[in-house]
Formats: sequence, structure tokens, C-alpha cells
Amino acid sequence: MSSAAPTRSLSRTGQKSHVKPGVIVVYAILIFLTFIWITPTIGLLISSVRPADAVSTSGWWTVLTNPGEAEFTLDNYRIALGIETGGRKYANVNLLSALVNTIAVAVPSTIIPILIAAAAAYGFAWIRFPGRRWLFILIVGLMSVPLQVSLIPVLRDYIKVGLNGTYLGVWLAHTGFGLPLAVYLLYNYVSTIPRDIFESAFIDGATHFTIFTRLILPLSTPALASFAVFQFLWTWNDLLVALVFLSADAGTQVLTQRLLGLMGSFGQDWHLLTAGAFISMILPLTVFFLLQRYFVRGLTAGSVKQ
Amino acid sequence: MRRAPEPHSRSSLLARLDTPLWRGVLIAAALAVSGAFLLETFYFLRDATLPQWLLALLAIAWGVGGVMLLFTLASYLVEQFPATWKRRLIPILFVGPAVAVVVGYLALPTLRTLIASFYDANGQQFVGLANYVYAFSSREMLISFRNNFFFWLTFGTSFSLILGLIVAVMADRTHPVFEKIVKAIIFMPMAISMVGASVIWKFVYEFRPAGAPQIGLLNALVTAMGGDPTPWLLRQPWNNLFLVFIFVWLQTGFAMVVFSAAIKNVPADILEAGRIDGANEVQVFFHITLPTIKGTVLTVGTTIVLGTLKIFDVVQSMTGGNYGTQVIANVQYTQMFRQFNFGRASAVAIVLLLVVLPIMLYNLRDFSKRTEAF
Repeated sequence: MSSAAPTRSLSRTGQKSHVKPGVIVVYAILIFLTFIWITPTIGLLISSVRPADAVSTSGWWTVLTNPGEAEFTLDNYRIALGIETGGRKYANVNLLSALVNTIAVAVPSTIIPILIAAAAAYGFAWIRFPGRRWLFILIVGLMSVPLQVSLIPVLRDYIKVGLNGTYLGVWLAHTGFGLPLAVYLLYNYVSTIPRDIFESAFIDGATHFTIFTRLILPLSTPALASFAVFQFLWTWNDLLVALVFLSADAGTQVLTQRLLGLMGSFGQDWHLLTAGAFISMILPLTVFFLLQRYFVRGLTAGSVKQ
Repeated sequence: MRRAPEPHSRSSLLARLDTPLWRGVLIAAALAVSGAFLLETFYFLRDATLPQWLLALLAIAWGVGGVMLLFTLASYLVEQFPATWKRRLIPILFVGPAVAVVVGYLALPTLRTLIASFYDANGQQFVGLANYVYAFSSREMLISFRNNFFFWLTFGTSFSLILGLIVAVMADRTHPVFEKIVKAIIFMPMAISMVGASVIWKFVYEFRPAGAPQIGLLNALVTAMGGDPTPWLLRQPWNNLFLVFIFVWLQTGFAMVVFSAAIKNVPADILEAGRIDGANEVQVFFHITLPTIKGTVLTVGTTIVLGTLKIFDVVQSMTGGNYGTQVIANVQYTQMFRQFNFGRASAVAIVLLLVVLPIMLYNLRDFSKRTEAF
């Protein structure tokens, strides 16, 4: 007992010595930054549930400073989603259809490139063939090409073959632009799977296809999930690809497009804009917080390797 | 007795059909039929007038299912070939689609954009370097260069990196629960689209004339302290900084998360040794932590630099490129969809490519150095 106590207290002071100096300053700075970071979003949320006149005549913070007079309503959401018209002015806001379109764009735009990239990652990692290195270098080289460079030729092809304004066209575009990074990240993961795991399957006569679908895909779940979150956020939040390849008519527009349109035509209707912005944020934020662990792992996979 | 020959003859017929060749033919036919089916359904889905949610659901199933179906059938087809052919075909099966998509969507378009940049607005007439003269001397492009390099690249990148580092280093010293909350909040904007973020920040920057109640947070603060309300987004050239801050708000979390992981990987004994030698926390940071995570800082920095050079959404939704906030990517978009000048838009895109070329080449060199044995 008497000999254990000093060592313990020594180790404790040893630990504390690098926590203590300026620890209050550290907490203060972090609280300050966090406060700045979250305030705009809180303002958006509060505004989105306030009545229209209240939003345009007083700041959202009055809800906090003067809670007695605060009123809350979900009308903004009803109008923004097109469930309730809110007068002729807002007749064609209808974010509900844009929400459906965004799901229809983002889900396949996430799954298709992952399938193609996983197959390619397996091919590059575990199948020997001539030109392997050069093809992979091509893909890595294209990783930082700005997608703006591709827009015009691809759009011209689309117009020629009738892919313009279709989901398929957008899926393929997102696939093409996301693929280099996907192949690269998944290759890094797939190539570290020990070969003996599927060696015996090979000896038993399994085909590459069986090994890929039965062994590689399940084993790569963490990498696939992390890239999936990445690509989903990217395609959900994309504006440029949607602006270029989805037509401007309201039937196929995605949320970011509609929101941009609302900012133009309803620029002073803050109750509508804030509700609309929050509608566009709900799903990605949910996915993000549920799968944050995978996402972070994907982010740190390539860059923290020593 | 009587029944016996029948199953026997049937199985022998099947057995005769069950050669690799016939199986291959059958699978090829299946591939062709499903291809045609997928094409027909594509036309159907494109032109159908079904309830929207149903259409979306069908489209998702069609797209994802179609890719899986084609891949499965194609691999069965490949398996039917004799071994030598199989060896040649299997790499194509796995790597082919990715290479085809990447070549079709990135490599070839880049070449075609390069060619188009030497032609006129409709791509009919060869105009030499005229589009590049525009790209390097027009007023909007000169403003874009200033904004992209000075405001976006310099301030956007350094603010994101420095704030990300500060939060990562500091949060590492706090209580684990506090650290988690701080990181989650700083990281959260990563999930928000730049357009959504623009709504949020437009509301913060909202301007009402003096005397009227300010509903924008920033002007409310300014007037509360006795100042005059400012139309933040119109004040040139500072409005660029207000746009850049939106980007910083979105990117700091990304930098922070990666740095945080790197910092936690710095060997504790080295840090301890530095502290025992009498280094203070600032010295430990600059002499041990920072050099150790240098590679990570470089990687994150590269990603953010690429992001600033391609910046589009924030500018398009906040100011549309007006009031001196134009950027390269937005000029390209405007030339393409407002002016319908494909030649100029292509030249501007190539300028963007030239700007990121050093990063591309660095990436490639780094990659081939690391994979000598590949």
C-alpha cells in the first residue's frame, strides 16, 4: 500500500502536468469556436418553425431572449413541401417532389460506383494482367481532374443519345466523377486483405466472381461503408452536376436546384428558405451522424498511414 | 422399366447441351436480352407518367439491379470460356467497367474540351487562341483569378487548416465527452450542402436599412454595439472573405477529424521525452507534433486547395458571381449556360485544369514512388 500510493500519485501528476497549463484557456477557446460553429444552424432551425411575419420582423434570437412572446408553427414546412399552398404565391414551391428526386439521384449514384470500383479494386489488387500498373496510374492521375473539364463534352453526348435530363445520365456522371477516388480508396483496403483468406477458396475451384461477391465484398464492409457515406453526402449535396445534366423543369429538379431557385425568387421569404434548407439537411445529417464512425475511418484511411 | 429411359435420354440431351460453348451462347443470349430489356425499361422510365415516388423507386431498382445483373451474367459468360481465354477476359470483366467509365467521363472529355477550346462558340470555326486571350485578359476572369488565388486559396485553405489544427490539438487535451461534443459540432457542417449552407449564412449576413429591426445576426450585433448596418455581401472586395468563411465553416471539420486521428498516432514517448527535456506545450507542438503529422497536413491541404480552386456552389447561390465575387468555375458555368459559348467555356475549363495540374503531377509522382513493386 505505502509503496503503491506514491507511484500512483506520481503517474497522476505526470499525466496532469500536460493537461493543466492553460486548461481553462483551452476550454474557453473551444467553447467559443463551437458556439460560433453551431449558432448559424440553430438560427436556421428556430427561424424555420417561426411564423412568417415573426421571421421577417424580428431576429430569431428574440425567441431565446424573450421566450414569452415566441410562437412556433410547422406551416413553413407544410408550404415548403407543398402539402399546403400558403396562397398563390407559393403554389409551386413543392420541395417534396425535389426530395423524391434527390433520393432517386443519390441512392444509385452511391451504389453503382461502389460496385464498379470494388470490382476494379479487386481486379487491380488480386488479378495479374498486362498493363495493370498503367491503368491504375491513369485512374490515380484522373483523381484530381476538375469535373468542370468534362461537363461540355459529356453534355453534348447526352443530348445526342437522349440521356440529358434523365436519372441514368446523372448516375453515370456521378459514377464517372467519383470513381477514381473510390477505386483508389477501395484498392488501398482490398490489397491489404491477406491472400490466405481466399487461397483455399481458389484451391476448391471458386471463380473470381464467387470470391469477389462472397469474400471480398463482405470483408471490405468498413471501407465500402465509409466510401458510401462519402459519396452519398457528395451526390446529395451536389449542385453543379444536377444543374448541368438534369433539366431545369421542376419535374426532375433536386433539392439543391430548387433551393437555389427559391433563393432567387423568394429571396425575402426567410420562413420558406429556412424550412427548405432544413428539409435538404435532414437526411444527410441523419446518415452522417449514424455512420460517422465509418465516415471518419474512410477520411483518415489514406492520410494517417505512417 | 418403362419410365427409366425417358429421364435418361433427357439428361443426355441436357448433358449434350451443357458444353462450355452452349452455356456461353445461352449466357450471351441472356446478356443481350437483359441489355435490350434494360434499354427498353430506360425509355419507359424516362417517358412514363407514373406517380413520382413510384417512378423514383423503379428507377433506383432498375439502375442498381441492372448493374448487378449485367455483372453477374457477364461473369458467368466469361467462366464458360476455355482457360486461356478466361485468363484474358477476367481482368476485363473486373477492371474494364471502371476503366471505361473513367476514360469516357474524364480522360476523353478532357481531350475534347482541349480541342473545343480552340474553336468558336458553336464548335464550328477554328479560332486559334482567341478563347485563351479571353480567359487570361477579360475583366471577369481577372477578377476570378484574384478571388480564386488570393481570397479562396490563400484564406480558405489557411483558415481551414489552422482552425482544424487548433481544434484537433486542443480538443485532444479536454475531457473525452467534451472532446466528442466539440468535434461533432465542428464536423457537422460537412453534411450540409453548400447551397444549404448558403441559406444559413445569407440569413446571418441579412441586411436591413438602418432603423429597421435587423433579422441578420451579424448586423444585429453591429447595431447593438452602436454601429451602422452593413450590406456585407455588397462590400467589395471584403464580401469575398464573407463567402470564404462559409467554405471555412464547412471544411474545418474535415481538416480537424483527419488531424485529430494523426495527432493521436504521434508516439506518446516522444512527446513525453520532449516534455521531460523542458519543452513547453507550444514547443512540443511545433517541434514534435507538427513535424510528425506534416504528411497529413499536406494531404488535407491539397484536398482543400483543390476545393477552393473549383469553388462554385457557394458563389453561385450567394451572389451569382456579382459584386466582384466572380470565380473561375462560375465563369465557366456562365459562359456555358448563359452565353452558350462552348469555346470560351472550354478554354476556362482548361485554365482550371492547368491550375490543378501541379497537384495532379505531384499525386502521380508520389503514387509511383510508393508503388515501385506494384
